[in-house]
Amino acid sequence: MPETRPVAFRGGGFNPAGRRGASWIAFAAIIAAWQLSSSSGLLPALFMPSPLSVVEALARRVETGALTRHLAASLQRIALGWAVGTLGGLAIGTAMGIFAVARSIGLPVTSALFPIPKIALLPLLILWFGIGEPSKVATIALGVLFPTIISTYTAIDGVPRNLIRMGQSFGLPAAMIVWKILLPGALPGILSGFRISSSIALILVVAAEMIGAEHGIGAFILAAGNLMQTDQLVAGVVLLSLLGLAVSFGLSRLERWLLRWR
Amino acid sequence: MDLIVREVSHRYGELRALEAVSLAVQAGETLALIGPSGCGKSTLLGIMGGLLEPSAGEVLTSGPLPEGCLNPFTYIFQDFALLPWRTVEGNVSLALEHHGLGAGERAERVASALALCGLVEFAHAFPKQLSGGMRQRVGIARAIVVRPALLFLDEPLSALDAQTRELLMEDLLAIWARERTTSIYVTHNLQEAVRLADRICVLSRRPGRVKEIVEVEVPREERANAEHARALAELQGRLWDLIRDEAAVADREMQDA
Repeated sequence: MPETRPVAFRGGGFNPAGRRGASWIAFAAIIAAWQLSSSSGLLPALFMPSPLSVVEALARRVETGALTRHLAASLQRIALGWAVGTLGGLAIGTAMGIFAVARSIGLPVTSALFPIPKIALLPLLILWFGIGEPSKVATIALGVLFPTIISTYTAIDGVPRNLIRMGQSFGLPAAMIVWKILLPGALPGILSGFRISSSIALILVVAAEMIGAEHGIGAFILAAGNLMQTDQLVAGVVLLSLLGLAVSFGLSRLERWLLRWR
Repeated sequence: MDLIVREVSHRYGELRALEAVSLAVQAGETLALIGPSGCGKSTLLGIMGGLLEPSAGEVLTSGPLPEGCLNPFTYIFQDFALLPWRTVEGNVSLALEHHGLGAGERAERVASALALCGLVEFAHAFPKQLSGGMRQRVGIARAIVVRPALLFLDEPLSALDAQTRELLMEDLLAIWARERTTSIYVTHNLQEAVRLADRICVLSRRPGRVKEIVEVEVPREERANAEHARALAELQGRLWDLIRDEAAVADREMQDA
């Protein structure tokens, strides 16, 4: 019998799988370290309030009802602006995915307008719509519009051509091909576009509320900053982060339900 | 229904795909289209069913539509072309939904097509849950649910493994024996052609021309019998002789698409 050697295993790694609980432990560790440095005096309270004082600041605002007011004002602007921008983006993006003319006009126009920071347009929008709600909603809607156009157009373009041919071969009318083949086929791409556009809405609402707003998370953060109330400032930021998490969670649920066929 | 192809030529830009192809398909028969790869078989099939516009020539039909026919020219695709977000049942019913049938008649037609293809217990499954063979059975069910006058099969078994192909050929034969649908079957697999077709049309290399039309004399239902094995093997050999040299050239060609 000749000498035998084992074949070494070399196929491991490069296979990141979600570890449940790891994220919670990481969050807890970061907050604990933060609290520890604050209590030990390493972090001066004025520059960086401790997690506990942030929670206290949040709780005080909840009690007075101020937080609900700010949150409601922001959510209303986000909902309206996001809905308007998304509907427009879906319509334009779908048209660009189907019609050659819409595509040849839409692509260069989108490329020209997408990179403009929409917050830079806020003064102009205030001139057009006044300092009240419409200018803030319009800022969000414009910010949401272009990424939605791009994700919708790309997603429609990515629907396999053979499915469209199949629809034609069974005599489906064009509207049915759009409704039953193109849009459902584009849904995964459209939904991942929602992730981006909802984050943009969140960013823009805060920025827009820093001009001429009485209520809203942005106004709340700005006011706290002006008064050096860093605990409230950080409380506002934490609120934004929680809001972002909630939106992302909601979208994940929506994806799991709508894309259960995958 | 008969189908008559008259002097059809097609070009993609500079590339001549088909040149003056004429042939006639008679009602009830199955015609196989074979030829070296890139000879325009699939192009011709697309033109026959109105999915592609030929550069020259015309395609005509004659004779009555079968009873209850909703979509006279119906395709079965190599890649199945199923909607992944619809269940088996939903994919089959897609072909009916725009015809304004009552819900009852639609459900009835879908149920009988599923039964004919052995898909009843998979009615609520999504395509990703099915094997390749089952997916193509859904494609077949979707095609027969509209009771086509002409069935165009574009390499329907090419994406399947040899065993599944064998099983599906038997299914197709059983369905044809029942429905007698006029069919045009594009394949590069000579064994499939010899087994399934009444006549075999051999196309030449690009630009595709009709090189020869060969009749398979053994009746379809007897082709599995051992006594015909030799005759069929000889026929397959003859077909191979017809396309062998051109297939070798086609194989060495650069893709310019």
